[in-house]
Amino acid sequence: MHFLLRLLGRVLGLCVLLIAPFMVQAQSFDDLVRALPEGKFDDRAKVIAQIAQTGDDRAADTLTALLEGNLHVLKADDSLVVISKRGTQTIAADALSGEDRGVVKKRGSKKIRVNNALRRELRAAIGRLTLAHPDPVRRLAAAEAAFKAADPSQIALLHSVLETEENKKIRGALTEAVAASQLADAEATTADKLDAISVLRKRGDQEALTLLSPLVQSDDPALAEAAEEAVVKIEQSKRLWGLAQNVWFGMSLGSVLLLAAIGLAITFGVMGVINMAHGELVMLGAYTTFAVQEAIRGAFPELFDWSLLIAAPLAFLVAGGVGVAIERGCVRYLYGRPLETLLATWGISLILQQTVRSIFGPNNREVGNPSWMSGAFELGQMTITYNRLWILLFALAVFFVLLFVLKKTPIGLQMRAVTQNRQMAADMGIRTGWVDAMTFGLGAGIAGLAGVALSQIDNVSPNLGQSYIVDSFMVVVFGGAGSIWGTLAAAFSLGIANKFMEPWTGAVLAKILVLVFIILFIQKRPRGLFAVRGRAVDQ
Amino acid sequence: MGLIDRRMGIFLAGLFVLTVAIPYGNLAMSGQPVPSYVVSLLGKYLCYALLAVALDLVWGYCGILSLGHGAFFALGGYAMGMHLMREIGDRGVYANPDLPDFMVFLNYEALPWYWHGFDMFWFACIMVLAVPGLLAFVFGWFAFRSRVTGVYLSIITQAMTYALMLAFFRNEMGFGGNNGLTDFKDVLGFDLQSDVTRAWLFGLSGLALAAGLLIAKAITDSKLGKVLIAVRDAESRTRFLGYRVEEYKLFVFVVSAMMAGVAGALYVPQVGIINPGEFSPANSIEIVIWVALGGRGTLVGAALGAILVAGAKTLLTGWLPEVWLFALGALFVLVTIFLPKGVLGLIEGRQKGQSASRERAAARADGVDLEVRPEELRGEEVKS
Repeated sequence: MHFLLRLLGRVLGLCVLLIAPFMVQAQSFDDLVRALPEGKFDDRAKVIAQIAQTGDDRAADTLTALLEGNLHVLKADDSLVVISKRGTQTIAADALSGEDRGVVKKRGSKKIRVNNALRRELRAAIGRLTLAHPDPVRRLAAAEAAFKAADPSQIALLHSVLETEENKKIRGALTEAVAASQLADAEATTADKLDAISVLRKRGDQEALTLLSPLVQSDDPALAEAAEEAVVKIEQSKRLWGLAQNVWFGMSLGSVLLLAAIGLAITFGVMGVINMAHGELVMLGAYTTFAVQEAIRGAFPELFDWSLLIAAPLAFLVAGGVGVAIERGCVRYLYGRPLETLLATWGISLILQQTVRSIFGPNNREVGNPSWMSGAFELGQMTITYNRLWILLFALAVFFVLLFVLKKTPIGLQMRAVTQNRQMAADMGIRTGWVDAMTFGLGAGIAGLAGVALSQIDNVSPNLGQSYIVDSFMVVVFGGAGSIWGTLAAAFSLGIANKFMEPWTGAVLAKILVLVFIILFIQKRPRGLFAVRGRAVDQ
Repeated sequence: MGLIDRRMGIFLAGLFVLTVAIPYGNLAMSGQPVPSYVVSLLGKYLCYALLAVALDLVWGYCGILSLGHGAFFALGGYAMGMHLMREIGDRGVYANPDLPDFMVFLNYEALPWYWHGFDMFWFACIMVLAVPGLLAFVFGWFAFRSRVTGVYLSIITQAMTYALMLAFFRNEMGFGGNNGLTDFKDVLGFDLQSDVTRAWLFGLSGLALAAGLLIAKAITDSKLGKVLIAVRDAESRTRFLGYRVEEYKLFVFVVSAMMAGVAGALYVPQVGIINPGEFSPANSIEIVIWVALGGRGTLVGAALGAILVAGAKTLLTGWLPEVWLFALGALFVLVTIFLPKGVLGLIEGRQKGQSASRERAAARADGVDLEVRPEELRGEEVKS
């Protein structure tokens, strides 16, 4: 019996011990914070330590406010507030509930003062609080904050956290924080500092560079040498990443150019028809996407992520159908008269523009990004957005499918036969008129596909096509009319050249320079980069 | 008949009546039957007509389809606009005696070097000819020497005007960015808002159009003009016959660009503004439809086409703005498919057809059977 009672007592005691901290926390974080203004600095230090031990979610923020001198006592009712500046006004928020207390007059509140010893204590406490936070995102942020602070006094703390931390990424960040702090520590040994330099060298970004560059002038020759080596290395890699980023931007622009030009590579390049309405066919594709998305929003909102996949074949059919109509209704009467074709298709482009304007209105239309196209990811030191990546992949996919169709399918064979020797092809039993219509329709349909992709990154308005027409002609002419591969090479080289010039010249001037370059280039090689060899001399 | 054949004679006579009657109706007649805005509007059309004649000279007679003639027009306009800006003096909003308003607004310290001299009218007049001429010379020199022809040439002329448009939109260029040059006060001391000045500008536009037509006619009637037509119809063959094709093309291209520049210079004071929109490729291609509608290679037809289309644009955009682009688009399609020789070609062809059938009837009455050969009906084939 006695034994049982003792056991019961122990169990109860254990329970109290276990529960106590939570109860204390629940009651006393508020009380502790309220106790902050009282007493001397020494008392305040004890309160701070206790606040840190509560592990309350608000603890870190409150202590940070105290550290930064933003924790004030309102003179009106002695309540604690956190103040912040908004413009020229000072705004207060309750320190415990976060409730807005409005504007505070200049002498309406009194700061809770801290001295240097307290500041050190506060920093350590804040660091411990966030470095031990259960949420890994907060821990990582704390480790990165510790890196930025580079305060030697936190080294011991960081080491202790390192022992228990298991997340690899956070461990890396902690190690870098230790290294940064050690570099700032006057008492650290040369060996420690050398280790720190090698850690930072691995990090290799701008921040590592700012930490390392002052060390190059260090009195210690070993340190100076290691630092200099690291700086050179980091600068090299930064330059490389900068280059890679530019190439990526250039490829992204190139993929847009490729999409816009690839349909034209068929109608103009293969058939020799100057289709000034090409841009409007791109616009039709974009508006098809818009219409599909509207329909999906109305009827099946859960299908929204699939909207582009549904829109793509529809856009191909819409633009392709309009293309076939243009060819049958107008272009076929003008074969062999390229300048007249140019004018007539320009007229068609005006009609298409005005039609869309009358139906959908003159303003920009909102086309949404499906979830898989939004966001970005980091690759080394460059940022890659998903929509640009998908557009690049899409452009290449369209390109290779087109290449396959032209080279490996019966209809592609007929298309090539008709463009190379119409009379002979007709003699062999190919319906040349039908093939013309199909070829033109294929080019137009691809323009529609381009519209689906471009709707994701550009404004969908009736003028969408106008902004691409000059560019896409430039790409086809630069690549060499008739050469599909030339179009690919031209699109990417023009895109990359544009992006490499932009840092020096600005976007508009870069574009002008590219245009001037192409104009000069055509003088030198009137048939483009990849001229199609043949016997045709003139026209 | 020399320079003035029947078609030219009728047109010049009509133009003369117009340039006398319109200012008279505006200034001298009681009740002002011609409102002032009509004077400016018609003056604008005459400038367009001169621009169309300039394009017809290169396209109709030399086969160079320039999709960048708007650029020469706009450059001439900018040259004149710069002079008008300088004449504002210290009457601008910021009352700065040395800098135009937009430069004060954009924090310019001093006048850019290329603005110097434009305070003198004669200098501006030279620039109106020299700047478009020089651009045409440099551009043509490169393009014609390396034998860029046909569609490729059209596309790079379009790229040229597009690049210029982008450039003039930049504030750093020192031409007022997308606002362009405006708020002009007077020219040579005459108030631009007064009816008398406007009448004078209108008269000058008519005179310039007549002069442009006669110069173009003189060029095309000369031996040089015959070579140009040969270049248009068979460039390689002309070259093989020993003519330096590129020099002929360069000459006519430069003359045409200067003519376009003059048109632009007369246009700006009447409209009161010049901005980079004038460089837009769409504007340049609209010029082509003026020429195509009126009749390519007829000069007078080009001028008529410009006036017809510009007039239709003013009316339609006023009454039914939605319909204008449909109408313009349809015009492009229908004219190229059904009217390859333009309105003038249609009218004159019908007259020829009537006289031919009258001859046939007379011949049949005489008992002679006149075979009608298809070439006669189709007339000379115009190669594009």
